[in-house]
Amino acid sequence: MNQARTLAEKVWDRHVVRKGEGQEPDLLYIDLHLVHEVTSPQAFDGLRLAGRPVRRPDLTIATEDHNVPTKDVHLPIADEVSRTQVETLRRNCAEFGVDLYPMNHAEQGIVHIIGPQLGLTQPGMTVVCGDSHTSTHGAFGAMAFGIGTSEVEHVLATQTLPLKPFRTMAINVNSADGTLRPGVTSKDVVLAIIAKIGTGGGQGYVLEYRGNVIENLSMEARMTICNMSIEAGARAGMIAPDQVTYDFVEGRDHAPKGAEWDAAVADWTTLRTDEGATFDAEVDIDGDELTPFVTWGTNPGQGLPLGADVPDPAAIVDENERAAAERALEYMGLDAGMPLREVRVDTVFVGSCTNGRIEDLRAAAEVIDGRTLAEGVRMLVVPGSMRVRFQAEDEGLDKVFTAAGAEWRSAGCSMCLGMNPDQLAPGERSASTSNRNFEGRQGKGGRTHLVSPVVAAATAVRGTLSSPEDLD
Amino acid sequence: MDAISTHTGIGVPLRRSNVDTDQIIPAVYLKRVTRTGFEDGLFAAWRQHPDFILNTEPFSRGSVLVAGPDFGTGSSREHAVWALMDYGFRVVIAARFGDIFRGNSAKGGLVAAQCEQHDVELLWKLLENEPGTEVTVDLQERTVQAKDLTFAFQIDDYTRWRLLEGLDDIGLTLRHEADITTFEASRPAWLPVTTPVG
Repeated sequence: MNQARTLAEKVWDRHVVRKGEGQEPDLLYIDLHLVHEVTSPQAFDGLRLAGRPVRRPDLTIATEDHNVPTKDVHLPIADEVSRTQVETLRRNCAEFGVDLYPMNHAEQGIVHIIGPQLGLTQPGMTVVCGDSHTSTHGAFGAMAFGIGTSEVEHVLATQTLPLKPFRTMAINVNSADGTLRPGVTSKDVVLAIIAKIGTGGGQGYVLEYRGNVIENLSMEARMTICNMSIEAGARAGMIAPDQVTYDFVEGRDHAPKGAEWDAAVADWTTLRTDEGATFDAEVDIDGDELTPFVTWGTNPGQGLPLGADVPDPAAIVDENERAAAERALEYMGLDAGMPLREVRVDTVFVGSCTNGRIEDLRAAAEVIDGRTLAEGVRMLVVPGSMRVRFQAEDEGLDKVFTAAGAEWRSAGCSMCLGMNPDQLAPGERSASTSNRNFEGRQGKGGRTHLVSPVVAAATAVRGTLSSPEDLD
Repeated sequence: MDAISTHTGIGVPLRRSNVDTDQIIPAVYLKRVTRTGFEDGLFAAWRQHPDFILNTEPFSRGSVLVAGPDFGTGSSREHAVWALMDYGFRVVIAARFGDIFRGNSAKGGLVAAQCEQHDVELLWKLLENEPGTEVTVDLQERTVQAKDLTFAFQIDDYTRWRLLEGLDDIGLTLRHEADITTFEASRPAWLPVTTPVG
């Protein structure tokens, strides 16, 4: 094929089992299926009813993350629905021969943290999971997207999915020398992207993040960006693999070894958008203009630089957006014109599949080291996986957090979505490194400001939304 | 999914329009971890009333639901189809259906037979005057027949073919299993498997 193609098109093409005719979708092969306790029970039950096996248990891996408590993890789960879901997953995995990393296992963690950490996520693969943040794995140049329960059953039974091709959008992030200003992280980059294109801007697209700023980011920082592609409405986000990617994958448990490694890397180097390939849409972001970003409203697109004021809905021209902003400010308990830096928070949450990796914890610990939490502020630090937890403890990060007055927890999704006991009380306000500031997401009536790990840490110290440069 | 060509069963006249999926099965029943056993959630609010039609004989044994227009609107929950089928319904006859519900019906093997409201009215009268009347739905001929009453219904060719063949989405994909196996043989050897490393 001589036609110039984008990265997304290349990965798609190499997974087509059967090309659809006319209006029929393509049948796409799935290289890796991640499973957790919330979206899988009916899928397994469907298999049972139809008498079907899991076609490729060796391409399927399960863990417990959404429901699990993050303290007293040696005790039975107190909440009945949560316990039932976790126990059902254990029974299903045993019956269908799927490997499972349960609570208290050294490999347990959030699905999107453990895939990369085990070396299961590799360039050029197709990765699915019954969870919208599956887009995380696109940071490796994989095509990774969330699916519904019927589709989970479909992949379990056939290791394929019938899909119509996505459109492609390039997000070009460049700065003069390829770096970001001090205190500006990949979380700020992605929040700025979502604020620019809107929560529906990526609908129907696979985003490809490109440009010198992206190229200079670590793998973990790239994962944070791809993770939030779904918050811009996109099905997936991707970054072309390069030496940073290979260095991250090499030596991990499931990474290719020896001659296979060389063959794999030789193949991965072809996974770039060809010169002359065209995207269906392009967006440019000026990396030199980016500053720490926070959300003020109730969707991830309602974000502004930390130095800004709470926006005045009256100044918004679009009627729907104005109404949404009015409603958001009412829910958030904020007044137009108030400097964001003066917004006082009750709780700080560091964790989630967006920002629960070791680099995130290191960055937060560096800011908080030797300082103490502002009076009345509680801070939860929840590692994304048990491995992240152990590594942080080896580095003494847990001591840094607890010395400051923060709580050091076990691995799980935790307060990102409050399916376990880690929740906000009605009216309680958080600065959170997670991915969604929807009404009630972190607990009924809870108010969420999405922030980077360093802003979270600085906020915990000052008690109001802050960046590290605000600390003396 | 079981193939279905014709179905005969007791018709149940449900004289209501805009029966949304929250009415078919309330959200509180969605927390379950199974694909079966949703029959107790079917029309749960309405079944609290002793005179609701499914609480009366012989309608409690019905398998062909005859409803007012716009059946299955609202929430996308697949549980609405599961609840109807778990209860024992195989066919719903109505003048209009919610789009997502119609799609979910095809996935689950429930026949959503669309016909003229005029015919629904005639069938309602027949079923109310002679409770327990059996209704035969012929998917080959696309006809509904009860006593002397016969009328046509609409269903798209693709869905009809799938129901006649008993093919769900997975069944359809498995028709191409040979292609999947061929594809698997061509995958690069370095791709990972999830089996824990010793």
